[in-house]
Amino acid sequence: MTEVFQQLINGLALGAIYGLIALGYTMVYGVLRFINFAHGDVFMLGAFAGYFFAPAVNRFLPAQSYLGGALVLIASMAVCALIGMVIEFLAYRPLRNRPKLTVLITAIGVSLLIEYTCQHAAVFGAAPRKFPDLIPATTWHVGGLVIASTQVIVLVTTLSLLIALRFIVQKTKVGTAMRAVSFNEQAAVLMGVNLNRIISFTFGLGSALAAAGGILYAMNYSSIEPLMGVQTGLKAFVAAVVGGIGNLPGAALGGLILGIVETFAGGIPGLSNYRDGIAFAILILILLFRPSGLLGKPQIEKV
Amino acid sequence: MMTRPNFFLTALLAIGCAGMSGGCKPSAVESKGEAAGEPIKIGQFASLTGKEATFGISSDEGTTLAVEEINAAGGVLGRKLKLLTEDTQSKPGEPATVVNKLIARDGVVAILGEVASSRSLEAAPICQQSQIPMISPSSTNPKVTEVGDYIFRVCFIDPFQGTVMANFARKTLQAKTVAVFTDAKSDYSKGLAKFFKEKFVANGGTIAVELDYNGGDKDFKAQLTAIKAANPDAVFVPGYYTDAALICVQAKQLGLNVPFMGGDGWESEKLVEIGREAVEGQYFSTHYHPDVGSEQSKQFLQHYRARWQGKTPDALAACAYDSVIVLADAFKRAGSTEGPKVRDALAATKDFAAVTGNISIDTHRDASKAAVILQVKDGKYKYLETVAP
Repeated sequence: MTEVFQQLINGLALGAIYGLIALGYTMVYGVLRFINFAHGDVFMLGAFAGYFFAPAVNRFLPAQSYLGGALVLIASMAVCALIGMVIEFLAYRPLRNRPKLTVLITAIGVSLLIEYTCQHAAVFGAAPRKFPDLIPATTWHVGGLVIASTQVIVLVTTLSLLIALRFIVQKTKVGTAMRAVSFNEQAAVLMGVNLNRIISFTFGLGSALAAAGGILYAMNYSSIEPLMGVQTGLKAFVAAVVGGIGNLPGAALGGLILGIVETFAGGIPGLSNYRDGIAFAILILILLFRPSGLLGKPQIEKV
Repeated sequence: MMTRPNFFLTALLAIGCAGMSGGCKPSAVESKGEAAGEPIKIGQFASLTGKEATFGISSDEGTTLAVEEINAAGGVLGRKLKLLTEDTQSKPGEPATVVNKLIARDGVVAILGEVASSRSLEAAPICQQSQIPMISPSSTNPKVTEVGDYIFRVCFIDPFQGTVMANFARKTLQAKTVAVFTDAKSDYSKGLAKFFKEKFVANGGTIAVELDYNGGDKDFKAQLTAIKAANPDAVFVPGYYTDAALICVQAKQLGLNVPFMGGDGWESEKLVEIGREAVEGQYFSTHYHPDVGSEQSKQFLQHYRARWQGKTPDALAACAYDSVIVLADAFKRAGSTEGPKVRDALAATKDFAAVTGNISIDTHRDASKAAVILQVKDGKYKYLETVAP
C-alpha cells in the first residue's frame, strides 16, 4: 500500500510538470490554432537559465534557500518569456497569413535549430550537467512514505502558477482579449484588440510556464542537457491533446493523468521498459474514442 | 577538430574521384599511399560529445598518446601512424556514418572504437564487409566480436564481468537478494545483467526484482520505488555513468540505502560530479586502476600525466592505449597493412605485455584479462581487489 501512495506522489510531481508545459501548447493553440513544437526547447532553455542564474543569485543570497530558489525561478521565467516572444516575432509572425502547415513546419525547424545550436560545444555542449540544488534538500517521512522537499515545491509552485494563470485569463483585460482572439480573431480585432500584442503576450506567458516546468524538472531529477526537452515536450503535447487542446484545465488534467499512469507503469516489472510508449498509447485511445480530448468540446465544422 | 583540414582533403579527393568514370575504391587510395611511403592511416570513432562523452574523451587521449609514442620511436614498418578521429556524439546511427566515411573516403587500414557495445555493434559489420580489422578497446558485450573474423577487442567480456560482480555481491557483500535495474536500450547493459543474474542465482542468491529504464531517462523514481518495495540487499545497475549517477541520487531521495553496484560503464569523473554523496561507497568493476599493475602500467601512468596536464588515466584510456599498441604489433608481425594479413597477425597475438595486463587474443577474438573492483571513496575510486579470469 505504501508503494502505491509513494508512486502516486512521484506521479503527481511528474504530472504537474507535464501539466505546466502542456499549458503553453494549449494556450498557443487556443489563440493561433497551431502547435508550437519549439515549446519543449523553451522548457530546456528554462532549465539552463536556472543553471546559470543559480550561482549569480548565490552571490547575495545563501545557497539552497527558498527565497533564492524563487528568485532563480522568476528570473528564468522572465528570460524565457522574452525568448518565447522573440521566437514568435522572428519565426511565426512573418508567416501569420500563410497556411497553418507552413507555420507548423517552421516550428519544427525552430525546435531543431535550438536543440542543435545548444548542443554545440561553444553553447552548452551535449554532455549532461548537474543542476545545482536550489532549495534545502530535505525529505519527510510520513509513515513509510518518503516525500522530498523538491516534490512538495513542484506541487505548490504548479498550483500557484495555475491559480495565477486562471486569474490572468479570466479576470484581467489582457486575458479577456486573449479569450476574445481565441473565440474569433477578426471580431476581436474589430473591437480594438491589438492582435500582435496579445499573441506576443500568449507566447511570453506560455514560455514562462515552460521555464518554470524546466526549473522544477531539473530540481527534481538533478541533471540537464540540451535534448531534455524533446521527450518531455512530446509528452506534454500528448497531455495537452488528452485534456483537450485549447482547454487550460484540460492541459493540467492531461498532465497529471500522464504523469501518474507513466509512473505506475514504470514500477511494474516487465512493463517498466514501455513507460515511454504508454503516453502514446493513451494518445491513440483518446483520439479514437474522444477526439476532442477529455475536457474539450467537440467542434462542429460547418460545410 | 583534428580531422578538419583532412576533411577538406578527402572531400576534394572524393570530388576528384567522382569526376573520373572509374569511381573511388578505398583500396586504390591505400595502395597509392603505401607506394608513396605515406603514413599509415588509422581511423578512430569515439563518443567525444553527448551522454557518454567522457568515455570518448578518455579513449581518444589514450589512443593519441599511443600513436604519438609510436611515431616518436620511428613509427611502424618505417612509416608513421596517422590517426583520424570521428565523433559519434553518443548517438545511435552515427557510428555507421562515420565509420563508412573513414573507410570509404579516408581509406584507413584499421578502425579503433568504441566503448559502448551498441555503437561498436553498429560499426562492426561495416568493417567486416570491407575487410578492415576493427579493435574495440572496451566494448564488453560478447556479440561485438561475434560479428566476424575482422573484429577484435582488447578487454574482457561481460560473462566474466557479470561473474565477477555476482561473486562480489554474494561473497563479499553477503547479499542474499539483489534487484537488477537494466538499461533496455543498451546491449551492454542487457548482456551484463543477464550474466550477473545467472551467476548470482547459481551462487544461491535470489533476484528480488528486475526493472528496466531507457538510457537518457531523467526520472527513475517510479522504478526505484518498486525496487525499494522489494527490499533487496543490494542493487545492480549495469548501465552508463550518467544514468547510474542519477539513479543513485534519486535512490537516496527515496530512502533506498543499500549498496549499488555497476560495471565498467560507471567509470567516469562525471559519476562523482553528478552523483556526489549519493555514489559514495558504491562499487563497480573495471579493467584497470593506476594503483596496481605492471612496469608497463606505471610507465603509462607517468606518460599520460605528462601528456594530459596531470590527469590520471581511467580504464578506458588504458584500454584505448592498448588497442593501438596491439594493432601496431600486428602491423609489425604482418609486415603489411593489408586487411587479411593484419587480421591473421591480430588473431595470433599471444602474451603481449600491455598496460591493462598481458593480452592473448582467444579463438573468439576476445582478450582474456583480470578485472579490478573499485569503490567510490571521498569522490575518488579506491582499489579493492583484482579478480583473475
